[in-house]
Amino acid sequence: MTTEEEEIADIKVDSVGDFYFPEVHKYDAGFGVGEKTVDYIADVKNDPDWVREFRKKGLEIFNSKPMPTHWATKDLENIKFDEFRYYLSSGEKPKRSWDDVPEDVKRTFDRLGIPEQERKFLAGVEAQYDSEAAYSNIKAAVEEQGVIFVNSAEGLAKYPEIFRPWFGKVIPSSDNKFSALNSAVFSGGSFIYIPKGVKVKHPLQAYFRINSEQFGQFERTLIIADEGAEVMYMEGCTAPKFETSTLHSAVVELVALKGAKIQYVTVQNWSSNVFNLVTKRGIAMEDAEVRWIDCNIGSRLTMKYPGVIMKGKRARGEVISIALANSGQHQDTGAKMVHAADDTTSNIISKSISIGEGRATYRGLVQIPKHLKGCKNNTECDALLINTSSRTDTYPAINVKGNQHATQHEASVSQVSSEQIFYMQQRGLSEAEAMSLSVNGFINDLVREFPMEYSVELKRLIDLEMEGSVG
Amino acid sequence: MSTVTEPQPETPSSADQLHLEPDFNRLNEAPVWFQQRVRSAWEVYLATPVPAAKTETWRYSNARRIQLDGLHLAKEAGAEDQQRAVLLSQGISKLGAKLVFLNDRLVHASADALALGVQCLPFAEALRTHGDVLEQYLMKRESALGSTKFAALHLAHVKAGAVVLVPKNTVQELPIEIYHWVSGENAVTFPHTLIVAGEQSRVTVVDHHGSLNQEHAQSIAVADLVAGPSSRIQYINVQEMADKANALHISSTSVGKNAEVQALQLQLGAAFARSESVSDLVGEHSRSEMFAVTLPVNDQVVDMRTLQNHLAPHSFSDLLYKNSLADNSRSIFSGLIQVAEGAHYTDAYQKCRNLLNSEECEAVSMPGLEINADQVKCSHGATSAPISEDELFYLKARGIADRESRRLIELGFLEDVISRLGDEALIEDLDRRIEAKHG
Repeated sequence: MTTEEEEIADIKVDSVGDFYFPEVHKYDAGFGVGEKTVDYIADVKNDPDWVREFRKKGLEIFNSKPMPTHWATKDLENIKFDEFRYYLSSGEKPKRSWDDVPEDVKRTFDRLGIPEQERKFLAGVEAQYDSEAAYSNIKAAVEEQGVIFVNSAEGLAKYPEIFRPWFGKVIPSSDNKFSALNSAVFSGGSFIYIPKGVKVKHPLQAYFRINSEQFGQFERTLIIADEGAEVMYMEGCTAPKFETSTLHSAVVELVALKGAKIQYVTVQNWSSNVFNLVTKRGIAMEDAEVRWIDCNIGSRLTMKYPGVIMKGKRARGEVISIALANSGQHQDTGAKMVHAADDTTSNIISKSISIGEGRATYRGLVQIPKHLKGCKNNTECDALLINTSSRTDTYPAINVKGNQHATQHEASVSQVSSEQIFYMQQRGLSEAEAMSLSVNGFINDLVREFPMEYSVELKRLIDLEMEGSVG
Repeated sequence: MSTVTEPQPETPSSADQLHLEPDFNRLNEAPVWFQQRVRSAWEVYLATPVPAAKTETWRYSNARRIQLDGLHLAKEAGAEDQQRAVLLSQGISKLGAKLVFLNDRLVHASADALALGVQCLPFAEALRTHGDVLEQYLMKRESALGSTKFAALHLAHVKAGAVVLVPKNTVQELPIEIYHWVSGENAVTFPHTLIVAGEQSRVTVVDHHGSLNQEHAQSIAVADLVAGPSSRIQYINVQEMADKANALHISSTSVGKNAEVQALQLQLGAAFARSESVSDLVGEHSRSEMFAVTLPVNDQVVDMRTLQNHLAPHSFSDLLYKNSLADNSRSIFSGLIQVAEGAHYTDAYQKCRNLLNSEECEAVSMPGLEINADQVKCSHGATSAPISEDELFYLKARGIADRESRRLIELGFLEDVISRLGDEALIEDLDRRIEAKHG
């Protein structure tokens, strides 16, 4: 083993991303969240007054808002807000050149393959380490088209005239307890603006890494695709395994103006101590399209229901998701589709796999209010159970008003058939290989929706999770 | 650290409690166990708040629609009303037995063709003669779908209803009909039906709930269905209350080994009708079919909650609820297939179909699955859509007017459920009621 490798504090390599480096922080807001924490973050980040006010209001809402206890999992009660640190930063500005990134951070992202991906097929990349961006770069050709791709602090400071009108408008601070908390202590995340008619050919990517123990990561992303613009954004997330829990509570707002298209791809591979409580929503104006492609692997509890508000005529919303819940994990995911204009269409396809004692939940909302016409929704959700103690739940709510709409929802639960496994074993595969093949077959049509590099990674992650799960 | 707060339910007002307080003196001759259960049910009623707006089991609905303030226990009706109730109690022509109740009092009883040993008794008589059976089965399952308070109120007041006991190896060929009528402004009744089918027995019971006049009234009905091993129960609940009335129907079914229960809710009347149907599949190879047909009009709200509770391996359940909505009406369907740990080889289906016939109607569908076993085949589906233009065109091209075409398509949509009952006389009677509602 080389010296470099020995420096890695945790050398377990049984899952991607499960390693961490010693913490070196110049700024640390300490444990717990309150007025002082908010002021500390606002001071360090040199926030303008309106942002400081926005944070304070968020804190007030967070303190007053109850947990969603009447339907949500009881595990939420185990979140000890006073035991998290809400801001950690080395004080370094995000680097534009990979060579300038601090060595330990660079090694983290090197190990996760970030620079290779960037060189190969990305139009731009941002890498966030705990609270702040460590590296942020956009290809010159894309920048020349007027595309803005910066971290949210830079977006706030440099482009307030574009940033401010939409910031907190798709997801108000009062949306839920965790969006309020994010509003109070947000740091990091991306700000993207695609000018009118610009179609970004290659994806933009952000990578979120939690390196520190008992830490809360609260990035905030805002993507605005102006009229006729198109962009694909991909985010990846990891955290090492700690004995204590970690909180990740992002807010992501997408705005697709007339005729624009936004595709937002997430592949998360959180370690099993992370509470991942994320609010994601997009607005699609006339003829626009917002598409969420979401893969949830890992975490202790994920609660994430990407939504689309179809505000303009013929707008389109789509959520395609894969969730994999292993022992000790609960993937409570789903989708929200709010039709708010005529002839809008939405599509939800969700697949989940429960392994060991894992629990996967689909929770959905489709809403077609009165006085609209020609709205359509299709929802399909399928769950696969691997072991006898695996668990799955489905709780959709479809609310349709008026006689000019059509909605359909179908859900099914099944297990990998023993005949199928037997058939493959007869042809020389081991039971584990047969199971893995079956699971990959189950999600194959959805995996194809992911960019190729991601789909390869996804299959590998699923194989890793499946290891030892048979029997 | 924030505090966790549940939605705040509403406690009943003292006026409401006073009006509905049971007459405990009437219990003096009842078995001790029944007296105790009535008293503790009243305590549960008093201690249980009205569900709050955000209570999950009342999502999209409103428990305050079951307004208890100002209601009084239904009073004994005059002779003329009693005669009218008996006259109106006409359903299937050939019957095994018929019981007619008006305001929770028996006004007619006939037993034309009961098989040897089959008992169809008014509740009060059954309490005297078959107390042990009632003690064993009367409302033993706690309300699981949101109406704990109303179920407790029912138990505190129950005095009318039918107890149908079918002995082992007995087939009751002809159906048994029970009619519950209510009359009087702001009157409330508590109809009860208990069916206990012994091993390898078979019975069909049709339970009617109606209003004698067009007043505001409330029916809080409970049905307990117990299907012994290899038995078959067919249960049809027909609700035709007045437009201003409210109807709550809570049913609890236990399906034993190799047994089969088919239950249908035909909800036609009431301003607000809520049905809560639980089917516990307790025995291996048990089967449960749950059907519903509703066609709300005007401002009617039909609120249906179901639970297919698979507790044993190799059990099968199928649910098909169809709603045809017109005018400003609303339907709410919330159903859950629950598979317990170890209930392997469960086969469960659930479908809710809404036909949307007006610009103002609203359909809410919440089909759900909670699966804790792995060797299962479970699926659910929900659709909401208007009549297909292609289907309309097809009929119109054959010379059938638009209105008639729509009516035919709608009836065909509902007939798909009714026809599953398999009994011609029964199907004919229910079709007649649907057509009458259709106008």
